This record gives sequence, C-alpha cells and structure tokens, in this order.
Amino acid sequence: MAQEAQLNTLKNAPPAPAVAAAVTFDVRQLNVWFGANHVLHNVSLAIPTKAVTAVIGPSGCGKSTFLRSLNRMHELVPTARVEGRITLFGRDLYGRDVDASLVRRRVGMVFQKSNPFPTMSVAENVTVGLRLNGMRNKGLLAERMERSLQMAALWDEVKDRLDANALSLSGGQQQRLCIARALAIEPEVLLMDEPASALDPLATAKIEELILQLKNDYTIVIVTHNMQQAARISSETAFFYLGELIEHGQTNRIFTNPRQKQTEDYVTGRFG
Amino acid sequence: MNAVAASKEAGEPLGIGPAHAGKLGDRVFRLTTWLMAMVVLVLLALVGWTLCKGSALSVKEFGWGFLAHSDWDPVNGNFGALTFIFGTFVSALIALLIALPLGLGTAIYLTELAPGWVRQPAISMIEMLAAIPSVVLGVWGIFVLVPWLREGPYPLLLKYFGFLPLFRGPTTGFCILSASVLIAIMILPIITSIAREVFRAVPEAQREAAFALGATRWEVTRLAVLRYSVRGVFGAAMLGLGRALGETMAVTMVIGNSDKITASLLSPGNTLASKIANEYAETLKGLPLSALFELGLILLLVTVGTNILAHLLIGAMGGRRPRGN
Amino acid sequence: MNPWYNRWRKIKSSCVSGLCLICALVVIAPLALVLFHLLQKGASSLDWSFFTQLPKPSGDPGGGMANAIVGSATLLGLAGLIGIPIGVLGGIYLSEFGSPRMNWAIRFAADILSGTPSIVWGIVVYALVVLPITGYSAYAAGLALGFMMIPLVIRTTEEMLVLVPNIYREAAFALGIPHWRIVLSIVLKTAGRGIVTGILLAAARVAGETAPLLFTALGNNSWSHRLSEPIAALPLQIFTYSNSPYDDWLRQAWAGALVLILFVLALNIAVRVMTRSRTPHLTR
Repeated sequence: MAQEAQLNTLKNAPPAPAVAAAVTFDVRQLNVWFGANHVLHNVSLAIPTKAVTAVIGPSGCGKSTFLRSLNRMHELVPTARVEGRITLFGRDLYGRDVDASLVRRRVGMVFQKSNPFPTMSVAENVTVGLRLNGMRNKGLLAERMERSLQMAALWDEVKDRLDANALSLSGGQQQRLCIARALAIEPEVLLMDEPASALDPLATAKIEELILQLKNDYTIVIVTHNMQQAARISSETAFFYLGELIEHGQTNRIFTNPRQKQTEDYVTGRFG
Repeated sequence: MNAVAASKEAGEPLGIGPAHAGKLGDRVFRLTTWLMAMVVLVLLALVGWTLCKGSALSVKEFGWGFLAHSDWDPVNGNFGALTFIFGTFVSALIALLIALPLGLGTAIYLTELAPGWVRQPAISMIEMLAAIPSVVLGVWGIFVLVPWLREGPYPLLLKYFGFLPLFRGPTTGFCILSASVLIAIMILPIITSIAREVFRAVPEAQREAAFALGATRWEVTRLAVLRYSVRGVFGAAMLGLGRALGETMAVTMVIGNSDKITASLLSPGNTLASKIANEYAETLKGLPLSALFELGLILLLVTVGTNILAHLLIGAMGGRRPRGN
Repeated sequence: MNPWYNRWRKIKSSCVSGLCLICALVVIAPLALVLFHLLQKGASSLDWSFFTQLPKPSGDPGGGMANAIVGSATLLGLAGLIGIPIGVLGGIYLSEFGSPRMNWAIRFAADILSGTPSIVWGIVVYALVVLPITGYSAYAAGLALGFMMIPLVIRTTEEMLVLVPNIYREAAFALGIPHWRIVLSIVLKTAGRGIVTGILLAAARVAGETAPLLFTALGNNSWSHRLSEPIAALPLQIFTYSNSPYDDWLRQAWAGALVLILFVLALNIAVRVMTRSRTPHLTR
C-alpha cells in the first residue's frame, strides 16, 4: 500500500541529484542473491547522516546482509550477486572503478562477537588498520591510537596496559577495542551488527552510551534484535521481514504508530 | 542502473570476492601461492615420469616376465623382480600379523581401560617410537635384536616348528623374519594411533547402553566398540601395510641381502626397497640401471595402491576438516 | 542366571584386559630398549673428538663424525630452503584460495607423495639431477630431502590456517586491508605456532632419512668444500659404519645413532611443548 506507492515513485524518479550531506547512503532497488537464494528484494531507503539508524526484524530477514551490502562485505561470500544501486555521499558504491577496500576504509564495521586479533596487543590492535594500510609514522600512530581509544571510552581503562594481549580484556572491553580499531582508520560511517548481543547488561549500557556520543561525528547503522535498544538509541528505524523492507521512518513513529500490520505485529512481540 | 555480478564456484566459505576487484598485490600473491601449490602436482608427475622413463629399457626387454622371474644376473643381463616382490609382501604381511593385534590391543587399552594419568604419557611414548629414524632402528637391529633372536627365539622355532618349510635352519639371524620384526616395530605407532581414533569415534552412548545391560568390560568393548570399527580397523591395517611395504633402511640392514627366493622365513632375502638400497654406490648404467628403476616403479605402484585403498576405507584422502568458526 | 557363567564372563573380561595391558607394554618396550642400548653403547663414545674430527681411514682407531654432523646440518638447511617456502605458500593457497576440485587434486597428490617410499625419492633425484647435472652432491641430496618436505609442510600449513576462525579475516577485510596483507600479517601470524610445529616435524622426519641420500649424497670421508661435491651425512655415515667389520667404526656408529635420535627426539619434544601452550583463539 504505502510501500508500493513509495516504490512506484522511486521507479519513476529522475536520477539522483547532487546529494545533500543530510543523506549518507541512498539505496535504490537493492537485490542480493547468494547463489540461487534471493536474500534481499528491492530494498530502497535513505540513511541519514550523523544519526543512528536501527535495522530490526526477525532472524533470517536479511538485516545482516543489508548491513554488509553497505560496505561490500557480503562479497566475501563467493556466490554473492548484487543488483541495484547504493551511493555513499553521492558516489556509486558498486561502480566499475570502485575498489572495495577503499569503500571499507570509509565505512567501518563492528561485529556481533568481538574479534580483536589474538596475537596482538591492545595498542597493536587499534593501529592495525592504519599500519597494514601503509602508515609508518610512529608518532602519528600513537596519536591516533590514543584518540580512538578515547572515542571508544576505553582509554582510561587500558592506558596502563597497552602492551597486554588484547584477549586479556573483558568481553565488553574487547568490543570497545574493536570499535576503537574501526574508528582509528577514520571512517565516515560505522556499521554495527548486533554489537552488544553477546554482552551483559552493564557492558551493553556502556556500548549504547558510546553510540549516542559517536553519532555526533559518525553516521551509524546498527542491526539489533533488541527493540528496546533500537528505541533507546536510534532516530530512524527500518523493519525488514523475509528479505523485504517493510517499513522505515522515525523510530518514535515506527514503535508507536506503525503503518504496516507486519511491523505492528513485530514491535508488539507477536512474533520474533 | 548499475549492476555488479560476481560469482565463483560454490563451496568455499570465504573466497577473495570478485576477481576484478583484485589489485596488483592480491594478484601477484595469488599467482605465487598458486604456483607453489602446483609444484606438488608437478612433483607427482615428475616422480611417475622419471620412473617410467628409467624403467623403459627394462620393460621393453623383459615385459611382464620381469614380474615372474627371480634371477638377478647382471653378468648375463637377466633380471627379474619375483624374489623382491615376494620378499616385500611376505615381510610386510608378517609384520602386519605381528603389529595388528598388538596395535589393536594397545588401542583398546588406551581408549577403554587405561587410567587417565597413564594415557597421555603412553601416547607420547608411542609417538616417539614413530620418530625413531629407520637407520637407528637398523643399528639396534643388527647388534641387539638379531643376536638375541639367533640365540633365543629362532632355535626354539626351529626345534618346535622345524617340520614346517617355513622354518629351516641354520640361520645367521639376518633373515626375512628379523626384517619383519623390525618393520612391525616401525608400523606399531601408526596402527595404534589410527585404531585409537577409530575407537574414540564410537559415541559414548553405545558403551553406556551396553554397560546398562550388565555387560562386562570386554563385552562392552566387543559389542559397542569393535563391531562398529571394523572398517576403520581395516583402514588402519592398510595404512600400516602401506608403510611396511616402503620401509627401507632397517630392512636392508637385517634382511641378509640374498637374491634367491626361499620358503624359509629364516633365510636371507631382499625386498624391492632393500634391493635398490643395496645397489648403493655402484656405478650402474644401461639395463641393470633400468631394471633397478623398474623395481622402484613396482614399489611405488604397490605402495600408492595400498595407501589409496586405505584412505578409501578411512575416507580421509584429499579431504579437509571444516573451517574453524 | 547361572552364577558360574557370570564368573566366567568376569574372568574372561579380566583376562582380555590383562592381554591389552601386555600389548601396550610390548608396544612401548622397543622405545625403551632402543634408547637404553643406544645410551649404553654410544654414550661413552660421545667425546670431543667425535664431534670435531674427521673419520680416520679404514678402521684406524679414533676420528669422529664432524663432517657428517655438519653435512647433515647443511642438507637440512638446503631442504628447508626448498621445502618451507613452497610448502607454506602452497598451504596458503589451499586454505585461502583455490577451487574445491583443484584443491582436492593438490591434496591428493600431496598425500600420495607423503606415502612414497624414501628410496624412490632417491632414485628419482638420481635420474633427474645426479646423472645429468651435478653428480653426487649436496645439491642433489638437499633437493631430494626438500622434495620430501613439501607434501608434509603443505598439509600441516593448510590444516593450521583452516583452523583460524573466519571472524578474524572478516574483521581485517572490514578495515579495508588488502587480502594479501590479511593473509600474511594476520592469518599466518595467528596460525604461526602451528605452522612452525609442522615445519619442525617435517624437519625431524627428513633429518633421519638415509635412503634418499644413498643415491644423491654418496657420503664423504672429508669435508665437502662445495655443494656440488658428495657430502657426508650422519644417517649415511651410521649406515656405512654399521656395515663395516671394524670395531672402532661400530662404536662410532652407536654414537652417531645416539646423536641422531637425540636430535630427532629433541625436535619432537619441542613440538610437544609448543602445542601444549594455550592457544585459546584456535578451535580444536
């Protein structure tokens, strides 16, 4: 109904004009296949800049795949195929001359299970993205490391053990370390795939607090299965179901006044 | 509308993504590692081709008769592999006869009976046994095992079983049976370790069910473990056999170096491997050299065939464990 | 149930258990016996001259195996030069790239080569290198041993790399790091210890090999001044001496065997120690 109308407008719309900085990602008719499996159907939405957009939906609805298509991480699966158009600040993400590695340096990612590199210290983990992309200046590296750890609200806790192995940190600290690692390469966007789902409530609260601070400087897209979390931290929400974008809009409205029945069923907990 | 199509064959959980996205560094790296991996295929081809080329003269000269004749006569240019094929199989089979029960018994002990604190040290010691170089075992064989066999067990064998053509004396101790004993020692570790893995793969629930029925320890092992492990035990035996067929140095040092076939296990003999080894430092050319290569070819085919059979039974060849996650 | 029958079942079970214990003891016995005899007959000959002097001609008393020890070290180095790069890089290919069919073929070939008798390697390199090119030489022997290392190292490297969880590769990709850097600086490093143990095990195996040397190294009673000359090696010297009639050489054969087995066992124990240290990030 409303969604179809939206789709029709988009289909007939003229090509996107020079993009205002208010929109980070402009997704048009995104379709993703893994082999013969059609995982995302005709997804279109715009992701606002320097705000938190939550992506919610039941398991298997394609929200992780959608997230990964924003930094071309789904391409790591050899049978992945994409049709449609995603632009990042106006530039086509999937253009013929676009290098996926460069995309990922602008669009960072934090994963569900924290994954600091096990053979490296805390400091080495934070700067690994910079070092392996060619930065050698030790002074600059140290400066960026401290800044990233500060931004990830981890500096005070680890400043005395920067050389300790990364795995010696607690689960919540490791996840913040991964955030620092992602921030160190100075992306413009941070994608987060259920970053707190493996953490206890206290650590989760710290992460949510961190996100609210980070949104002043970064565009954040967060996949979460925790609706209260989405309601707490995001300004926009997108609801996915069975590979389709059912509804998206302001978080308040989605949760209090959803337009689609499926959305309503999901947010009221009628299915999960 | 921009479309990006990228697909590779299915099956690999994490590839490098679309080919066109690779930069110079990635392409060079991939090419280099590919070349190195190809070396393995090239090596295999090289081994096969070298042996075939080397034995071509002999094959042309003797044909299939090479396998049926047992003279090895460099003077008159008559060569035949029968003695050595016989020696190879007989020594390997006897070694298996000795090692298989011992290995199985040990495996049963280690998986079903041993107390926890015994298990790991025992396993380590058996693995150390596998690490003993063949020539070291050969030295021990020449100066310790063979004299002991000659003084003790062999006279007993001759006394009580001398009526069999298998045991005819007198013997210096340097004979097929001594070689078999050494080979048995060398293949014990592999038989034990594969048998252990096979037994460990039997789910605990099977044993518990048997215990719950009031079975004794031995009955549990027989009913719950051994019955389901037959295929795996066969595989272990074949792998052991494959290893036994190729054993060289220890065999060369105690087998006595004779080119005649005899029925008696207490007579000297030769295996394919030991015959080749015994030509050490000889300058060979022409037909004798080619005959030697043919021996090598036969040895390779026999060992490879046995190993492939073994892996078919165990199902491990060319396989890979699932990626850690 | 007949109580006598039950008792018989229990006795039978105990008997079998006893037999199995005996089996285990019989299996472990050779290791103990070999070590015992080696120490008994060889330890006394491990003096300074053994390690520093060259062999004396035909059984004259004295002399040592200095050239053989150095020769073995040289050959091990040559073998490693060939076996390690090819094996590790090939293992990387199998783990990180490749198609299922190609990889199966490579692994199959590696398994066949691993099971090839070492004497066959000897005559193959004899035909390929010794006869046409270099004659008996360290090059040929090193090549033969290196060829033997390749299938071993490629398999263990692949196994260790596959154990590295994908989440680390993903994290590295998400940082925009080029794939080749990810493999070398992160994946290889994470699997590092396991790969090194695989190499050490291959080295231990190859260091003790005699058969390939019979047709490639030939042996040398003196120092080899060039890699294109025949070279002495410890296993070869042991073999030659033990086949000789001279008492002094027999004594030295024991000593050489003791040195060889201690070296091989030391490598194996080092591997054991390395694998026992905690590697919580690698799934088992």
